[in-house]
Amino acid sequence: MPLQEDEIIRKRQRERARVLALLLGAFVVLLFFITIAKASLNW
Amino acid sequence: MPTIEMATPAALPADWRDFLALTKPRVMYLVVFTGLCGLLAAPQLPPFVLGFTAILCIALGAGACGALNQWYEADIDAKMRRTAKRPLPAGRMDRQSALHFGVGLGFFSVILMGLANNWLAAVLLAVSILFYVLVYTVWLKPRTAQNIVIGGAAGAFPPLIGWVAATGRIELLPVLLFAIIFLWTPPHFWALSLFVRSDYAAAGIPMLPVVAGIENTRRQIFLYTLPMVAAAIAPWPLGLAGAAYGVAATVLGFVFLVLAGRVLANRAAEPRDMAPEKHLFAYSVFYLFALFAALVADRWIA
Repeated sequence: MPLQEDEIIRKRQRERARVLALLLGAFVVLLFFITIAKASLNW
Repeated sequence: MPTIEMATPAALPADWRDFLALTKPRVMYLVVFTGLCGLLAAPQLPPFVLGFTAILCIALGAGACGALNQWYEADIDAKMRRTAKRPLPAGRMDRQSALHFGVGLGFFSVILMGLANNWLAAVLLAVSILFYVLVYTVWLKPRTAQNIVIGGAAGAFPPLIGWVAATGRIELLPVLLFAIIFLWTPPHFWALSLFVRSDYAAAGIPMLPVVAGIENTRRQIFLYTLPMVAAAIAPWPLGLAGAAYGVAATVLGFVFLVLAGRVLANRAAEPRDMAPEKHLFAYSVFYLFALFAALVADRWIA
């Protein structure tokens, strides 16, 4: 595989991993607040 | 499915921006806005985070529809100038990635809606996604000129889902909101399809101007505008909205009728002479925004 193509693949994999990490982090925060909201509704 | 005429499928992993493009973010804002208005017009509001989650799920569901639509129509998109640069026809992504992304996003949005809000809203969201993908994209769109008429139901779900996410019940007002968007969709899309009909003809999609002719389409636009305006005004006499909404719906509907009348009177066959059609298309987007904003404002004033 040419070096340049290998670099592009790694760059895209890095970017996708970063975006996925951010989305997963945001999802965890959202789930936390959903749990708080649902719990307060049931009080 | 028709023969594929696309660029060579991507050997490189797709860029994350191409996954975002699959969700058609530029056409999602109307879905999100009408869903938000359905939620805000409800008699009781959920806690902020649950309301936010409901709108997020509607947006993700719309994104799943966009991705699955692009997965199924990749070969058709390649033939149309307007859509040829999308990730699949341009060869920047392989088809299977788009399918997996669309199905995953759809499941995620429905399950999150069920867990965070209620399962009736989740079922409605699932029905709207399946209706858009299976009934509209796969079944109706390539087969009949009535594709937009029946398929319009898929785009009419968001205010109903927003309302049900807030209340857990289906009532008359959100059903009327569903009817307004359902009846709004044909004039909106037919106005567009009049001045891009060569694209649809080249792709073999039987849109009304391609199958039934330009004059017939103009007549149908006007005929569908009449019940749409009536449905939009109906919440006022039915006591579901106040005078502020009633006046706004009447004025906005009157302007819609005038513009649809100008389309009916136009005799041009070339897209460059179709200013009335372009005006109606642009106004139809504004109309829906203004109408739903007026409803929310009216409900909050009252």
